[in-house]
Formats: sequence, C-alpha cells, structure tokens
Amino acid sequence: MSVQVRNLQGNEACALGAIAAGCRFYAGYPITPSSEIAERMAEALPKVGGAFVQMEDEIASIAAVLGAEVGGTKAMTATSGPGFSLKQEVLGFAAAAEIPCVVVNVMRGGPSTGMPTRPSQGDMMQARWGTHGDHPVIALAPASVSEVYTQTARAFNLSERFRIPAVVLYDEVIGHLQETVDLRESATLELAERKWARGSPATHLPYAETDDGVPVMSRPGDGHRDHMTGLTHGEDGFPTQNPEAVTRAMDRLLGKLERDRDAIDAVDMLACEDADIVVVACGIVARAARRAVRDLRAEGLAAGLFRPITLWPFPEQAFARAAEAAKIVLVAEMNAGQLRLEVERLCPPGARVVGLGRIDGTPIAPAEIRAKVQELTQDA
Amino acid sequence: MLDGRPFDILDYLRRDLMPHFLCPGCGHGIALRALLWAVHETGIAKDRLAVISGIGCAGRLAAYIDANTFHVPHGRALPFATGLKIARPDLAVVVLTGDGDCLAIGGNHLIHACRRNLDLTCVMLNNEVYGMTGGQVSPTTGAGRLTTTTPQGNREPAFDACGLAEAAGAGLVGRELTLHPPTLKNVIKEGLAHPGFSFIEVMSDCTEIFGRKNEMGSSGEMILSQASAMRPTSYGSRGATAPFHPNAFPTGVLARNERPEYGAHLRAASASDDGHD
Ligand code: SF4
Repeated sequence: MSVQVRNLQGNEACALGAIAAGCRFYAGYPITPSSEIAERMAEALPKVGGAFVQMEDEIASIAAVLGAEVGGTKAMTATSGPGFSLKQEVLGFAAAAEIPCVVVNVMRGGPSTGMPTRPSQGDMMQARWGTHGDHPVIALAPASVSEVYTQTARAFNLSERFRIPAVVLYDEVIGHLQETVDLRESATLELAERKWARGSPATHLPYAETDDGVPVMSRPGDGHRDHMTGLTHGEDGFPTQNPEAVTRAMDRLLGKLERDRDAIDAVDMLACEDADIVVVACGIVARAARRAVRDLRAEGLAAGLFRPITLWPFPEQAFARAAEAAKIVLVAEMNAGQLRLEVERLCPPGARVVGLGRIDGTPIAPAEIRAKVQELTQDA
Repeated sequence: MLDGRPFDILDYLRRDLMPHFLCPGCGHGIALRALLWAVHETGIAKDRLAVISGIGCAGRLAAYIDANTFHVPHGRALPFATGLKIARPDLAVVVLTGDGDCLAIGGNHLIHACRRNLDLTCVMLNNEVYGMTGGQVSPTTGAGRLTTTTPQGNREPAFDACGLAEAAGAGLVGRELTLHPPTLKNVIKEGLAHPGFSFIEVMSDCTEIFGRKNEMGSSGEMILSQASAMRPTSYGSRGATAPFHPNAFPTGVLARNERPEYGAHLRAASASDDGHD
C-alpha cells in the first residue's frame, strides 16, 4: 500500500479529491491561481482511464464538462474570478437543465483582472447569483488543504444527487497552501451516483416530479431519446410558456434543495454556545478567526466562531442557533461586506452585525480580528 | 437504418411536436430532411444519435429530431458536443447550428473544433441572417444587404466559413445547396462517415425575413438563385456577377485533411497510462 499521508498543495488536493469522487473528465483554461488543478488533472486523469482537455476558453470548458456529464461521466472545471464570470452563462444552463457538474473557483483579487496572485473572497455573491434568473446552486467553502480534498469530493456527491451545479469556492491562500493530508479518508468516501432512468422509455418523463424533487436522468443510448434545453421546460423536457407548467417546474427547481438540507448544510463551530460575540468567517479568514477566538477566550472574552462549510445555500438554521445568545456578530471576510449581507438578513434581532473587511490582497490576520473584537466589546 | 426500410422522414421526427415552427418556404426544413436522410442511409440508430444545437432558427431544429437532443446556450454546441463525444465515443454526435451561432458567438469554438479534429459532424445552416431575433446582420450576410441592423446596407464582408474551417484544419469540409437535396444528403453522409471533424455548410434561405426585406422573391425563386445572385463574392470562383449556374461557387466536398482523430489519441494516451501511479 502506498503512503497515504501526503504533503499537498490545496489545488493538488482539489484534483485528487475530484478523482477520488469519480471525476473522469476535466476541461479547463489556464488562469492564476487555479492552474495547478488543471496541471494535476492532465497528469492524473489518463492514469485512471479519464480524459483531460484544455479548451479554447472558459466558456468552452464548462460546456465540455456538461457534455461529458450528460454522457454519464463525472466532470469538473476550475477557474478564478474572470473565468468564473465567463462560465456563468453555461452554469445557468446546468442549473436549468439540471446537469450535474463541479466548478472550482480559486478566488483572487477583483474586480476585473484585479490582483491575479493575491487572495480574495470577492466572489461569494457571484457564486450565489452569478448567472441570470432565479436558480438553485450549491457552493462549498473549504478552509484547509484536507478540507479542499473532502469538500471537492462532496461537491461531486451533492451535484450528482441533486442534479445541480456545485461550486467549490476557496481563496488563493488555501489554493497554494501546503499541508499534510491523510488520503486514507478517501477509502471511506461514500460516492453518490446519479439516478439513471431504467424501464420503459414510453413512460419516462425526463423532468417528472419525484419523491425527492430530483428528476431521473436518462443516459443517451439507453433508448429514452430525451430532449434537454435551457428554455423553460415542462415535465416532458420540451419548452413551455404555459404559466401553470412554468410555475410548477420552477417551484420544483427552486425547492429541490430544501427537501434535504441536512445532507447539504455543513458548518464548523467553535465555542458558540455561550458566545457574546460570534465571528463568522470562511476559508483562510476562518483560520485566523479560530486563532483569535482561542486567544480571546484565554483573555476571558466570550467569543465564538461560526464557519459555514456549505456557503450556499447558507446554513441558516445552524447560524440561528450559533448566534442565539450573541450580542454582536462580526463578519470577517476578504471583500467589502458580501457575506455580511446574508448574515444581516438572518441575524437574530438581539444581535448587532459588524463587518471586518479587507480588499487589499492580504489575508486578515488573527491579531486584527482579536483587536476588532476587543474594540467592540469595550464599546458594548 | 430502420430495418432496411426506405427513408421516411416521419420515422425520425417527434411527430407529437408538429406543426413545426419554421416559416413557409424556409430552407431549414430541406436541410433537416437531408440530414435525417443521411443519418438513415448511414445506418445510425436513433438511440445512438446525439444532436446538439445552439440558439436560433437552426438551433430549434434539434427538438424535432427523435434522438438524444440537446439545445444548449448560444454558440456553445461545439464544446458541449466535444465533452459528450469524448465521454461517449459510441455515439454519433452531430452539431446543428446556424451562421450566427457557429461563426459569431461560437466562432472561437469552431476554429478550435476544426483544429482538434474530434469525430464530430457540424452542419451549419447558412441563411445570411439572424432570423429568430427578427433579421439582423450576420457574419455571412452579403455586401449591401438590408437587414434590421444594416438599414443602409451591409458594409462588412461576409465570412467564407468553409475557407475558415479548412484553414483551421477540419478533417472534412463540404458545402451544398438546399436546391439539391440528394446531393446535400450525400455531402452530409460524407461528413458522418469521416472519422474526424467534418464541417458542412448548407446554403439555406430565410425566406420570410431576409428574403422579404431584400425583395428576393418567393421561396422558390430564392432557392433557385442560391448559387448566384444571393451569395457573397467571397465564396470565390464565378461569384455574384456571373450568370446563374447552380455551382457558381464551389460545392460538394471541398477539402479533406487526413489527420489523427483527437478522441482516438485521448483513448490511446489513457490506455498507455493505465495501471501506473
Ligand atoms: S425566420 Fe427565416 S430562418 Fe427562421 S424559420 Fe423563418 S424563414 Fe426560416
């Protein structure tokens, strides 16, 4: 048995996690700071019978991923901000036609070309609302190299199960961080497989309502000969503009994640039970916040950390519990206050929401969070 | 081929979707028929046929075909088909697209699909206009033509799509008129049979919008004038000023580029790497 404890970079762990989850097709376009994922996939996929293609652009990459997915192959693409913008059109198609796929966004400074080698968390809202129209999405936000591995694998599982695009969202620091990862976890990784249509093609409706809200997909060649379109479609998969049929289809689409939030929600909490002040953070900022919370506790301040691992849909129930006793909720993030908007929306009425942002391309340090909490508790 | 039966287009259509949306006299119907006829004669089973289309009047045709059909975002049919064909080499993958879809918004994808030479058949219906959106100028609109966005006449030169495909390395390049359905069917058959990327340009007609705006007569008249008056001189040879001749610009299989097929290359790379860590 080969050594399973390895020192890996975040982006490498992403590639390995994808392969462990069954990914056998990767299409991508070079972009800093995510290119190592493509490079690693180019090397690793042929060894497991998979295929790697460097496409002509970001849009082609996600389109090719969807093509592979409808053919029955788990597939992924990875990018960073500018490329994530370009992929939004086809990401919306994946959401509408309900084609599973995994899109990794290693966040760098923005807007526009921004700071390609600098970390940021500026795409939190784009990961939720990047494509036009109302649509469901899953976004996962790992905060360590080993979590990049497990959450990338989990993104595949959720994407397959709910037939939804799953975004893995982490900042450049996590992408280039080197840490020890225990790959033995992969042996225990449970893999979700898509429900494939069996039985008579005559009675098969490709977008029929099911018990779990997730329609059953047919595999080309199995005799169903279905139609898939980005146009709003009814249960038969063909376009419709009938208001009732559209409402039914959209209600199912937008509601399908709500039927099993337990499977989707994932959070990490530290000392929230009795916390007067709860720090909300993800990615590398959550690592700083963890240090700060420990130090603050040692000083006798009742601080806690709430870290959404599933970023979208935002784990509102877990957050409501974590913030139940809080007087202040401090949202620390490497942007101008994106996650704060969501936290403000969900915060219990007894607590005040304060933001701590950084948009200069440097991570937020533990001391900064600690000082902010001290300042806030003195005011209070 | 359906048990050796002669070609009947109804065997290949989703009949419950009829009537179709095409305007009376639209050339796209002839092109669709020729494609399905070629599929029939090639002996591709409907279950094994995947048709990917983008957006526009050509893009809407896929839905009528009784096969595995995918109506994807504007211009993205080729990369989607690329992923599908790599994942499923057992399928016959056909891209059905229009001049705007393929040459404008999807132009980059076309160049690279030609260069990559994956075994896809791309059938581009060229009607010189964006019909679905109401008749705007397209990359293949002839010089001087009136469209809703060229009220003074088109000032941009038209693309020679076949020249582009050939230069970019497509395995097989062909062009045919809807005026000759059996010949068109044969050229599409050549494309389906070719083990590499084939690009077939079909000279179609937007009778209702483009034809009307440019006073080109009835659909019959438009089709009869396909080879001469209506096409831009960039198509070469005798061009627009020559007297009518059905082959006033080159048609048929225009180029063959014997190159390794991309999917086979990927599979070989994957097989030779198998079992190593
Ligand atoms: S608008 Fe033009 S191209 Fe479209 S269906 Fe009508 S005639 Fe055909």
